[in-house]
Amino acid sequence: MLQEAALTETKTETESVTGADLLLRALEKENVEVIFGYPGGAVLPIYDKLYDSKILHVLPRHEQGGIHAAEGYARISGKPGVVIATSGPGATNIVTGLADAMMDSLPLIVFTGQVATGVIGSDAFQEADILGITTPITKYNYQIRSIEDIPRVVKEAFYIASTGRPGPVLIDVPKDIASLAAEPPEEQEVNLPGYQPTLKPNYLQIRKLTEAVSRAKKPVILAGAGVLHARASEELKEYAEQQQIPVIHTLLGLGGFPANHPLFIGMAGMHGCYAANMGLTECDLLINIGARFDDRLTGNLNHFAPNATVAHIDIDPAEIGKNVPTTIPIVADAKEALEQLIQQDGKPPAHKEWIETIQQWQKEFPYFYDKETTGLKPQKVMEMLHSKTGGEAIVVTDVGQHQMWAAQYYRFNKADRWVTSGGLGTMGFGFPASIGAQLADPDACVLAVCGDGGFQMSTQELAVIKELNLPVKIVILNNMALGMVRQWQEIFYESRFSHSKIPVQPSFVKLAEAYGIEGYVIQSEEEAEAILDDVLHSREPVLLDFRVDPDENVYPMIAPGKGLHEMVGVKP
Amino acid sequence: MKRVICLTVMNRPGVLNRITNLFSKRNFNIESISVGLSEHEGMSRITCVVHVEDDRASEQITKQLNKQIDVIKVTDITDQSIVARELALIKVQAVPYTRNEIYSLIEPFRASVIDVSKDSMTIQITGESDKVEAFIDLIKPYGIKELARTGTTAFPRGTQRSSQQQKSYSIV
Repeated sequence: MLQEAALTETKTETESVTGADLLLRALEKENVEVIFGYPGGAVLPIYDKLYDSKILHVLPRHEQGGIHAAEGYARISGKPGVVIATSGPGATNIVTGLADAMMDSLPLIVFTGQVATGVIGSDAFQEADILGITTPITKYNYQIRSIEDIPRVVKEAFYIASTGRPGPVLIDVPKDIASLAAEPPEEQEVNLPGYQPTLKPNYLQIRKLTEAVSRAKKPVILAGAGVLHARASEELKEYAEQQQIPVIHTLLGLGGFPANHPLFIGMAGMHGCYAANMGLTECDLLINIGARFDDRLTGNLNHFAPNATVAHIDIDPAEIGKNVPTTIPIVADAKEALEQLIQQDGKPPAHKEWIETIQQWQKEFPYFYDKETTGLKPQKVMEMLHSKTGGEAIVVTDVGQHQMWAAQYYRFNKADRWVTSGGLGTMGFGFPASIGAQLADPDACVLAVCGDGGFQMSTQELAVIKELNLPVKIVILNNMALGMVRQWQEIFYESRFSHSKIPVQPSFVKLAEAYGIEGYVIQSEEEAEAILDDVLHSREPVLLDFRVDPDENVYPMIAPGKGLHEMVGVKP
Repeated sequence: MKRVICLTVMNRPGVLNRITNLFSKRNFNIESISVGLSEHEGMSRITCVVHVEDDRASEQITKQLNKQIDVIKVTDITDQSIVARELALIKVQAVPYTRNEIYSLIEPFRASVIDVSKDSMTIQITGESDKVEAFIDLIKPYGIKELARTGTTAFPRGTQRSSQQQKSYSIV
């Protein structure tokens, strides 16, 4: 009795907190609204504190689903997605998501549990060297070695993840650090002398670019996801209009410039439109804003923009000159650079002819598909989805043919309506990412466009949309195959369809029903017409299994090793 | 071509792993790397010697290193006037009748003998990589039992020749 009394006395005197308390307080300080997490042994102390927390916790049914959901959340909300996974297998299950977020510059804060500090290095139960594993695929990673560091590390992690070129930051929390009690530590300052992103452009280079624009006869802007990360769509539009420069998008940049704008050419790259790829080939001034000259965009570098002076605006200096020699380098935030360029108010060059040439290409070589044959065309599905949602939906895709059709046929007029895995090309990304996108914008109509292959990599997350009643619309473009693999085998491997056809698959409708979600099989345009209006506007989750033409290929296409001008399939 | 790159880094856990990881991730070919404390508390200095194909590749290395959060400063000092030194310890077979011969090689290289035993002696030599290399070649016929090299460590001389054309990669 006496002892107990003594204990309670000391408790009230010092008001000690645990590492987990400090961690959650730090998250609250960063205004975190939602955590995508999966509990396990090493994170039990954190989960005990989460039990009383006001922060919404979403339980994916696989850690990989959790981190992809966090990516979708980050892309739409602009805020870092927060993930918790336990040590060992929990931590290794999020590796794909980290690599994906690193490639596509998405801000994430990922907490992994770790075995207690005393046994680190002893191959303890559920131990994995997650720092070693994730060093090349994170912007930065930490292991917390003392309780006092927790508030500072979390603050630094949010700062690193969300500034400069965004990216994932991992924090490894040993179990004893999370459960030990300590006095609340004094506030520590952020201490990152080696991290000072350049935001303001160099004035001299801005002048150089302005002069180059006024001299150019065939200028184009290539706008990437950097425009979206910098929230610079308005500025991009203003600048393009002021200088009358046509705009081309990368896959990830879609939505940065309105697709219905007369200066918009289209998406460039391996499955980009003819006008955009020819625009890049023929231009004499190429202004890259926030794109990284990825190989799927440039094709063979020897043939890329052969006559162009290249200007490149990027917040990451290492991207400038990495793939394409650059004459006018501008290290800056896209928004700041565009604002300064607009202020220059350079004399718009006369290049009406150039714009007319591009418009001629657009008219002559639009995206096309065979509208005569019977059977449901995947392109038609995307067109219908576009018109039925007024082009306002958030479109989240997986990876493959359906991703390209979505990019080609769903024309985005607004920023931050498009979530896709570009750099890493992660199958299984789309459906879980749509969960995060819906949480970031609860009122939006969210379309999770998947193939039948990719969807089967993450079907378990159906439970999450049911549990949270998220009105995600799962659109499966079902061709009973790994479509893009099948297409490449058809074109480059003499139609030897090695393990790319998947005729045995579940009834997706019954699968959805098993989770208590409504589902429909749609085999024709008429059937689609009959139900789309209803289901797309419902506030319930729904699964739509579109049985599309299994032999359809994505065109135009640039074969690997070819230049942008060597497109095939540009005309019926 | 060979480039000498100097880095100042925060002395934090895992920092060396980050740097070497970057070299393998970006497919850069590294010849030597030497690490030690610097004049500032909490910071270390790393000197890397790398082989690259062209200027663009070395520019990429510099930029990628600079991007690391723990890296404070990166300089490619190859084209500057620099002092570069490497230390090697060589344990060579030395029987009484070869000992004098070996001593006669040591002297012009300003190497020194730091340990002698019945049938071997350990030589310490410092200098630029080429000199160390030349000495090792000379001593090889006597039978090298053990060899340890530190890799080059370097920094710019206090006074730079004014005629020197300095390449600038900075685009900030």
